[in-house]
Amino acid sequence: MGGHGSSGAGTIAVSVDTTAARDLPRRRPDWNSRITHGILLASVLVLAFPLYYAFVISTQSLGEVSSLPPKLLPSTSMIQNYADAWQRAKMGRMLVNSAVMALGIALGKIAISLLSAFAIVYFNFRGKQVVFWMIFVTLMLPVPVRIVSTFQVISVLGWVDTYWGLTVPLMASATGTFLFRQFFQTLPDSLAEAAQLDGAGPLRFLWSFVLPLSRANIAALFVILFVYGWNEYLWPLLITNRPEMRTAVIGIEALVPRSGSQLPEWNVIMAAAMMVLLPPVAVIVFMQRWFVKGLVEIEK
Amino acid sequence: MLVAPQVAITLVFFFWPAFDSLRLSLYRSSPFGDKLIWAGLANFERLFGDPAYLRSAVTTFLFSFLVTFAGMGVALLLAALANAKIRGLGAYRTLLLWPYGIAPAIAGIIWLFIFHPSYGILPYALSFVTDYQFNWFLKGWVALLLITVAAIWKQFGYNLAFYLAGLQAIPESVLEAASVDGAGSIRRFCTMTFPLLSPVTFFLFTLNMTFAFFETFGLVHSVTQGGPGDATTILVYKAWKDGFEGLQIGISAAQSVVLMVIVILLTAFQFRYTEKKVVY
Repeated sequence: MGGHGSSGAGTIAVSVDTTAARDLPRRRPDWNSRITHGILLASVLVLAFPLYYAFVISTQSLGEVSSLPPKLLPSTSMIQNYADAWQRAKMGRMLVNSAVMALGIALGKIAISLLSAFAIVYFNFRGKQVVFWMIFVTLMLPVPVRIVSTFQVISVLGWVDTYWGLTVPLMASATGTFLFRQFFQTLPDSLAEAAQLDGAGPLRFLWSFVLPLSRANIAALFVILFVYGWNEYLWPLLITNRPEMRTAVIGIEALVPRSGSQLPEWNVIMAAAMMVLLPPVAVIVFMQRWFVKGLVEIEK
Repeated sequence: MLVAPQVAITLVFFFWPAFDSLRLSLYRSSPFGDKLIWAGLANFERLFGDPAYLRSAVTTFLFSFLVTFAGMGVALLLAALANAKIRGLGAYRTLLLWPYGIAPAIAGIIWLFIFHPSYGILPYALSFVTDYQFNWFLKGWVALLLITVAAIWKQFGYNLAFYLAGLQAIPESVLEAASVDGAGSIRRFCTMTFPLLSPVTFFLFTLNMTFAFFETFGLVHSVTQGGPGDATTILVYKAWKDGFEGLQIGISAAQSVVLMVIVILLTAFQFRYTEKKVVY
């Protein structure tokens, strides 16, 4: 269950776009806007400090990390630490696994929910109500409520330690299906009629008419699902045993020293943490417009 | 058939395990773990009679309410203080939203170091103020504070960004009318702004609760592993631990069933109240 896991029926009017508000002439005295910016900047800085601190640690030598008082400026061991993390913790392989899982889940979910939403909106078939109801119920069955039994299903299928196991079971998506369903219902009927006049079959209609129109929704869903897939923790922990099938997010836990006999290599741990958090954060920052759209749409 | 993939995955990976959880919760494993023995509702009786399980439930609710209310409260306060027409809101949004991309487990590890009794900056800073041993390895409440702070940190920018957007959407004329009527700024906030923000509050409430309840497993597993003692053993962590480390399949399945009931209640709550109590 991801950040998008809970979805409700009510329409919540959260307008994130404020272009209109920004164009208004400013009427308040200037000190007011200074307070505003002061508060916002302070929040931004407080929020950024832990990340900055983690980055600083990832550039220090072991001696610097364990010395008091803590040093708050970057040092010179950065390359060494990142190389250490890459080689010893096998970050390369784990990042590939994470990428496969995140992309597999995101693209798979999008494809599957596009198809089912298309079927639900444009076709009448027996059992439509049942299918709709089934998809709805999956909202109430996130991974934590089926811990032991899910593992048994995966081992019956022989999917433990496979990419199939990491991706396919998480591809069913009520939120995605509802999102596309809602969007398809806003498309005019004349579109389907025009396609029929052109002699296009249903799949051709989906591919060349509906899909291009859905681009914004697909992008929005992609950002949310990529972040969800990359950061999913319980699922890969349940169904992978071999170290080479672990994803980066769970792999990092193995680096944390649990007893006094392990070296407290916090610089290497933080280097690994930086590598793990960079892809999803980058996706959010660079696809921010879609990310915000996704957050708002998915909760509708 | 276009819905076939969706239906197949739903049946195999959602319904089958869910029914299996229901079934297994009525059995217990034999001493060698090779057979299942019918137990009726004994697992549930054991669960609710077990002080450790009840403690875990209390911890989970305490943690979830702390994360939700503290995180949202501070975000609302800051958003209200910062409520002018903001220039450069887009830039602030980027600077506030990025922590959403950090996995709870990674957020936890960063905060684990900040809280680290020997090297962390927080215990170091506190050592000038007090002699209290601010050591989460030994003190349960510090460990709980650690995971709470890490969870709030991850959600905070998100809460603030949504409150800011919500406030910007309230027409200024509404508030001006109230101030003409002679309402002070605190009164105006309580009687006008806060009710108008209720959709945002409700949206953030369900989102934060679901997050704190079900998505913080990685945080607990990678940072405190439920400890010290069972101070941070949240329900999901306990269900996993009893099933996979304790190999008590029946007890773990019974816990899954309890979690299922909680999700259903949360979802029902969400549907009920999005229809009624919220002012649009």
